[in-house]
Amino acid sequence: MEKLPSGSFRISAAGEISASTIPGGFPRETLTEIGEMFVQAFRTAQEQGIPLKELGLDYAGAKITGREARGGAVVFLTPRKF
Amino acid sequence: MSQRRNILIVDDEQDLLELYQALLSKLESTPRVMIADSGKRALAVLASEPFDLLVTDLNMPGMDGFQLLTVVRSKYPNIRTVVISGVSDDQYRARAYGMGIDVFLEKPSTDEDIRTFVDCVEGVLTREEAGGFRGFQSMSLVDLIQAECMAGSSCVLKITNGPIAGKVWIKDGDVIDAEAQSLKAEEGFLKILEWKTGNFEKLPEEPAHERAILSSYQGLLLDSAQTLDMAQAADQGLDGEGEGEGVEGTESLSGFGQITRCNGVEFVLSVESEDAEKVKSWGAESPDKLGGWAHGQLAQFRTIGEKLNIGQLKQAVGVGLKRHVALLPGSSASLCVGIQRSFSPSEVRETLKEISVKWDS
Repeated sequence: MEKLPSGSFRISAAGEISASTIPGGFPRETLTEIGEMFVQAFRTAQEQGIPLKELGLDYAGAKITGREARGGAVVFLTPRKF
Repeated sequence: MSQRRNILIVDDEQDLLELYQALLSKLESTPRVMIADSGKRALAVLASEPFDLLVTDLNMPGMDGFQLLTVVRSKYPNIRTVVISGVSDDQYRARAYGMGIDVFLEKPSTDEDIRTFVDCVEGVLTREEAGGFRGFQSMSLVDLIQAECMAGSSCVLKITNGPIAGKVWIKDGDVIDAEAQSLKAEEGFLKILEWKTGNFEKLPEEPAHERAILSSYQGLLLDSAQTLDMAQAADQGLDGEGEGEGVEGTESLSGFGQITRCNGVEFVLSVESEDAEKVKSWGAESPDKLGGWAHGQLAQFRTIGEKLNIGQLKQAVGVGLKRHVALLPGSSASLCVGIQRSFSPSEVRETLKEISVKWDS
């Protein structure tokens, strides 16, 4: 897998990426997978009665944040610098 | 020293909830103040640990305040209740008092209203500490019976303690019989004296009622006091043998129990890594469903982390519209924690650090 780039993208509720600042060399399907994970997380959280507007995932090597956007999500990828 | 009091405030308006919480947290008695934005959530919190006082709104979507009070009256008969309503209708007020609430207040809108609200809540809490019966808040049952006997009364005292009721028959200033649940005479009298709070009603004399207690009321009260003292001493000897959940001293709580005491925590749920159905929860509305959700989400977050080769997932923090939610993965079990909406991102981070330390312990 290519190293996680820094940048952001927008994904619709239907799973379509509409805007992105991620370098073109990074696999589109991986971005879609990340985006859909957030869309699904926001939807299921709502179903649990805990609606979220933002979700931040802290990994040892990166932070990935998603913001709820009309059923879709705006996702920010921030690799940590060591 | 008396235990710190637990108050639960229920209102569907989040801003008001936070205002009430801030006001009541500053009371002289320094109570622990929890909030719930719906009747359903209030019942989940009430099921998690004992509360001393419920402050509730009446008009709420879903389960309204009256429905909540009905359930609370039957499941938690000893909890004191204060209603705060935006509706000042007399019928509402009468209906609420008819359900046995302690105080009905209009929602505070001026500084003076706020002072009244705070004073009333402190007053109810103080009365709770002193024990007593509605209508005779500062008097114990012993005081009440003694007063009737000294006055040479003939009457029947009906004492209600939640769903159970008892009667004490007094004739010409002497206790002649008592009954509580299936216990009669002296045994019934002793059972009634064990109740620290409840409702009290004086009924007319029943002249035909036969005498079943022959001791004088002074002897009876003395015997009862001794028996109750012995029972209390035996109870204190058992302290520390329970699991500790719901006990105020945090040093006696498990790691999970200590997390529930962290500032701003609204619910905590742990779910085992190997089995999503093994869930332990405090204050969560639908623990099984929430546990399954947390388990599933963590699995997805971990999978994507492995795929992207960005190392282990340390935590997932959701900023919520009603509350913040954090998922803390662990090797054998993971935590899902609800944190009060009013907490800033830095306060959430601090709380999560504190929770991690307690969870590890």
